Amino acid sequence: MNAHQEQQAILVLEDGRTFHGQAYGAIGEAFGEAVFATGMSGYQETLTDPSYRGQVVVQTAPHIGNTGWNDEDDESARIWVAGYVVRDPAPRPSSWRSKRPLEAELVRQGIVGIAGIDTRALTRHLRERGAMRVGLSSVTLDAAALLDQVLASPQMAGANLVGDVTTAQPYVVPPVGGKRFTVVAVDLGIKAMTPTLMARRGIEVHVVPASTPFADIAALQPDGVFFSNGPGDPATADAEVALLREVLAAGIPFFGICFGNQLFGRALGFGTYKLKYGHRGINQPVQDLTTGIVEVTAHNHGFAVDAPRGHDVATPYGVARVSHIDLNDDVVEGLELRRDGRLVGFSVQYHPEAAAGPHDAAYLFDRFTDMMGGHR
Amino acid sequence: MPRRTDIQSILVIGSGPIVIGQACEFDYSGTQACRVLKEEGYRVILVNSNPATIMTDPELADATYVEPITPEFVERIIAQERPDAVLATMGGQTALNVAVALAQRGVLEKYGVELIGANIDAITRGEDREAFKRVIESLTDVPGGAPEVARSVICHTVAEVEAAADQLGLPVVLRPSYTLGGVGSGFAHDRDELRRMAQTGLDASPATEVLVEESVLGWKEFELEVMRDRQDNTVIVCSIENLDPMGVHTGDSITVAPALTLTDREYQRLRDIGLAVIRAVGVDTGGCNIQFAVNPVDGRVIVIEMNPRVSRSSALASKATGFPIAKIAAKVAVGYTLDEIRNDITQETPASFEPTLDYVVVKVPRFAFEKFPTAEDTLTTHMKSVGEVMALGRNFTEALGKALRSLEDPRAPFVLHGPVEPDLDHLLATIARPHDGRLGQVVQALRAGATVEQVHAVTAIDPWFLDQLQLLVDLARELETAPDLTVELLRRAKRHGLSDRQIGLIRHLPEAVVRGLRWALGLHPVYKTVDTCAAEFAARTPYHYSTYDEETEVAPRTKPAVLILGSGPNRIGQGIEFDYSCVHAAMVLSEQGYETVMVNCNPETVSTDYDTSDRLYFEPLTEEDVLEVYRAELAAGPVAGVIVQLGGQTPLKLAQALKDAGLPIVGTSPEAINLAEERGAFGQVLKAANLPAPRYGMATGFEEARAIAAEIGYPVLVRPSYVLGGRGMAIVYDDVTLGAYVTEVTVATADNPIMVDKFLDDAVEIDVDALFDGEELYVGGVMEHIEEAGVHSGDSACSLPPITLGEEVIDRIRRSTEAIARGVGVRGLINIQYALAGDTLYVLEANPRASRTVPFVSKATGTQLAKAAALIMLGDSIAALRAQGRLRAVGDGASPRAGGPTAVKEAVMPFNRFRTSDGRSVDVILGPEMKSTGEVMGLDRSFGVAFAKSQAASYGSLPKQGRFFVSVANPDKRHAVFPIMTLATMGFEILATAGTAEVLRRNGIPATTVRKYAEGRGPDGEPTIVDTILDGGVDLIFNTPRGHTAGGQSRQDGYEIRTAAVLRDIPYITTVQGLMAAVQGIVAASREEVGVRSLQSWAEDLR
Repeated sequence: MNAHQEQQAILVLEDGRTFHGQAYGAIGEAFGEAVFATGMSGYQETLTDPSYRGQVVVQTAPHIGNTGWNDEDDESARIWVAGYVVRDPAPRPSSWRSKRPLEAELVRQGIVGIAGIDTRALTRHLRERGAMRVGLSSVTLDAAALLDQVLASPQMAGANLVGDVTTAQPYVVPPVGGKRFTVVAVDLGIKAMTPTLMARRGIEVHVVPASTPFADIAALQPDGVFFSNGPGDPATADAEVALLREVLAAGIPFFGICFGNQLFGRALGFGTYKLKYGHRGINQPVQDLTTGIVEVTAHNHGFAVDAPRGHDVATPYGVARVSHIDLNDDVVEGLELRRDGRLVGFSVQYHPEAAAGPHDAAYLFDRFTDMMGGHR
Repeated sequence: MPRRTDIQSILVIGSGPIVIGQACEFDYSGTQACRVLKEEGYRVILVNSNPATIMTDPELADATYVEPITPEFVERIIAQERPDAVLATMGGQTALNVAVALAQRGVLEKYGVELIGANIDAITRGEDREAFKRVIESLTDVPGGAPEVARSVICHTVAEVEAAADQLGLPVVLRPSYTLGGVGSGFAHDRDELRRMAQTGLDASPATEVLVEESVLGWKEFELEVMRDRQDNTVIVCSIENLDPMGVHTGDSITVAPALTLTDREYQRLRDIGLAVIRAVGVDTGGCNIQFAVNPVDGRVIVIEMNPRVSRSSALASKATGFPIAKIAAKVAVGYTLDEIRNDITQETPASFEPTLDYVVVKVPRFAFEKFPTAEDTLTTHMKSVGEVMALGRNFTEALGKALRSLEDPRAPFVLHGPVEPDLDHLLATIARPHDGRLGQVVQALRAGATVEQVHAVTAIDPWFLDQLQLLVDLARELETAPDLTVELLRRAKRHGLSDRQIGLIRHLPEAVVRGLRWALGLHPVYKTVDTCAAEFAARTPYHYSTYDEETEVAPRTKPAVLILGSGPNRIGQGIEFDYSCVHAAMVLSEQGYETVMVNCNPETVSTDYDTSDRLYFEPLTEEDVLEVYRAELAAGPVAGVIVQLGGQTPLKLAQALKDAGLPIVGTSPEAINLAEERGAFGQVLKAANLPAPRYGMATGFEEARAIAAEIGYPVLVRPSYVLGGRGMAIVYDDVTLGAYVTEVTVATADNPIMVDKFLDDAVEIDVDALFDGEELYVGGVMEHIEEAGVHSGDSACSLPPITLGEEVIDRIRRSTEAIARGVGVRGLINIQYALAGDTLYVLEANPRASRTVPFVSKATGTQLAKAAALIMLGDSIAALRAQGRLRAVGDGASPRAGGPTAVKEAVMPFNRFRTSDGRSVDVILGPEMKSTGEVMGLDRSFGVAFAKSQAASYGSLPKQGRFFVSVANPDKRHAVFPIMTLATMGFEILATAGTAEVLRRNGIPATTVRKYAEGRGPDGEPTIVDTILDGGVDLIFNTPRGHTAGGQSRQDGYEIRTAAVLRDIPYITTVQGLMAAVQGIVAASREEVGVRSLQSWAEDLR
């Protein structure tokens, strides 16, 4: 149609599989880990989710950009994906909240994308072979040259990306209504909806950089400590794990989401491992092993905790056990820590803050306040 | 939680005949439910009066009652079977209404039967608008605040309706409570319209209750399909967006899945409300459908309604996502939780998740306004479509293009070539009114230079969709002006859903040339899989759709494949009966070791359940699409054959082209099909067999037609040479009406001449379904029509065995049928229509394919003809099928059987769905043009009771006493006297118009004279017959048309009487033969206690 759409682009996976499509977003090259996300809504939230740092996101939903870009739905201050792969970008957005087309925003933020490729074939490839490195280019169509660059790019396993995404300066999200609790949220790549949901429950949220020493956290006399979601391999996050152990040793109630769940697992002595192709979608069935109830949840994780199901494990900080599993593949989706039978910390691998995604698990924020209330 | 062990037997209530608003989607859901419950070890008892359903196949239940779905009959079944539970959420509104009635009458309590799925309170809360409103407004825990419903007032009188409209401001919406598919609902724009609609709505509502509501006309419309189990696990199966905004019934809207124009925040708001609603209404186990309106300006959300049962939308959602809602609803109804149920498609992951789509689904409704020329075709909140198609693509334009060509309406695919209507204002005015084909005119407006904004302003269709249409218009322009049809351009055109034909029209090339070029360029579609999970997990179920993308997912196979071409969208003349035959072929051929491959595009059907065949291609049934499926399957493994004779005209008309392209058509060859369809060739077959046919001629204009009529004598049957379901047919008695037909009804040309046939007055019409293997003939059944020849066979009631035909006639029918089958070269099924006039057996027509009556005959005789036909097509002989026990060892379906039942088929008409442009009912006269949407079967020992059951199942029970109004045209008076006398003797009070009353009195029948409509009220306000009918003063009406007229017009009096009858739901009879059958029914029903009996029990007698 227009001249831009006809500009060619290629996508080359590290195993050599190549797709030809059209340039989308900024013109240039991009490299990262190719992952697919299956949500049918919420591309704006996905693009601005810091957990996607270093990843080239393939959207399985074929129409992207239909509702444009608005000023309310960002989950952070910028787009984090390394590159963006879609099938049919909307030529024109339609939404009463839209401020500009998605592609304009991608161009503005310099995000390189590709459109018009068989995203389902690419997804099936990643499902069968696992997440892998990828390169996108709308400047060269030389697949061999691009492959060399892909092979030279860093792997996700072993990547420490927290430093890239954490806030430089601490900031406070004030509670809505009266203040009931003070929480220190360690920013490993936090999404805006998380402090928002805490604030709605009367929590004053102190979002701090990942490198904040425990003494500074303790100085705020928090009722609870929160570790957020974030990108990268949890096995590289030794400093953050050490920090979390100090929190647990101090008996401060703990809540973690996603990367925070993985760090909680490591702090309790469990291992973590890389999933073949991860969970990225907003339709994942997670079962609460205590109640048997199934929640439909938002996921974005490429790593998971390796913990035994069905029995308690003694740790220096109390008795730990797996609280939630994913019914699709039995991956550990939540951990609980009890001391003297009382809940002192818990975490989930999925996203109760949703954004994008269903609100089924929002009750976990209430569990956090209940836990903090019980510790007073 | 495991399944419940405290119940052992479950009564499943079906939905009865196919009517507008309640079609074969309930056969799909009911079939799934029966299968699941049987697999789980429950004793399944089923009631459904519709013999054309798969669910009434005797294998699917332990006891199958083809009986009327009325509280009286269902109570008798409960008394006889004593089920532990009743499942009423699978049979549409019909089943829910019966369940509510049974509960109210105390029947459920009396027999200790539990209602599973949705309980009475939930049904009431979902259906009672006032209760629903209270529930919605109480949901203060929903994140973001309690949802809203439209402001509204419940009214029980016209005066209350007017007061409410004053308060809310016109326009307002009227919604009668407890009606099917929104009967009587719609927008009232002014006071006149308001008063008229108020009365209609109050009459249509069993509770005499109408809701008057603020207008949300033009808002965006969405639906969610929600599923819940007894542990309160709740999931959204599918979101559906209506392209046609609020104001058009969702059944009449073009709809899209998933929702495409909502951000996640807005979608999650709908989801939160949906979950809260199913919980609050109290659907404990099972599915429900919730509809929302969203204000496009500010996002304000209104909850419109919820249905606490499976629905047309849930069938669509099941096909759209691969998540089988009815099957899973049946499992949760007996106690399973969603996490215990496996996702069929992945076979690894549980059902407690939400499907995610990596494709777009478009549903387009199919209308039949051409059958009801006087009906108003503006689309409103009152559903009028008779069927639908669904298509999948990897983007919206591809899915839409496929859906439009699936409709098999040559006007449906977008016209993207040729001159543009220059009058943009006229186009914009045209598209402002929702009607069938509006989207095509939207495209013309865009071609004529309208902007998306302009079109949005008049249609309120979301700009995103309009922009996609603009994309098509731009693409067509590029195609038109490009110097060469490059591979890049051609690929782009295919990726946006353009057919080879459309591209050819734009490029001035024949379709075949475009296809040849495309193939030479190696441009073929690939086939993707509907897998519920956007490829996150491997799919085990080969449910495919085509798309122009890179990678195909068709798996190689070793078993030989048989492709079965389905019947496309339901329409009048081609419906569920053909799907039944296709499904049976798939079942039997899978059993025999073939890999069955179904190709169809109708989301309502059992054939498009991925469980029915080994492989399913959800594809349009056009030459282009079928050739590509064949190519893909041939690449996957050997193909043993392609079956075209079971899906009605849709596949049959592709037969020759497919054969020419090298496809192995099995069964009757395309040449033989042509032999039967082509008049001259067929005449030769008859001549060779020495069989008489009515004399006929072909005319290309009035003078020729008149000359033929003069030669063969009036009355004559006239019709265009190519017909389906009797379209455009009429019986004419004189030159004047013949002239009118030729000029008004059809345009005769040399390519499309008019057939003028001698019409056999007073003949008995006979339908035969038979199998032929090249050697032997097996008559499946002989049906005698109750109405005389001239009423379309699809609209006529009929009886099997024939009630008045002797052995000798049946033998003659058998011999004639064999001669024709042999002469034509049939391998498989043939349907022949005969007329017995005097003692001459005329051949009216022969169709070498499965007919509409195959399921009826199969149920009535206990012999599954379509399965036998499929096996014959693949080489079995009738002798072999007899030996296998699939056919009777000796004799055939027309041989007399001691102890067998009499089966009566009755057609069901959609007259109450349509209104003329001035708001009146359309006329209900039967003729050669088929108008019925569905059928029922009455089954009993005697004809009388069987007929009475057929009436109870289709129109409500015949009265046993009361006031009987008769008004009989002169030619019918002689024959009408005796049956009228019978009813008078039984104590009916006879009312008659002056002429008829006089004749009756002369015959010793006391009759009260009533005023004709044309006479008006008397000087002292004496009512006319129409007033009396409207006041409820009549229980049965017999009214034959006065004189004989062509087309849909009839004299005013008869019209007023019949429309009043439709309005009041009073049984009306329009033929003498129908009256005689009714009298037999009334006599039989008065004399004996009418019992109920299952097919399985009848089969024991037939053995």
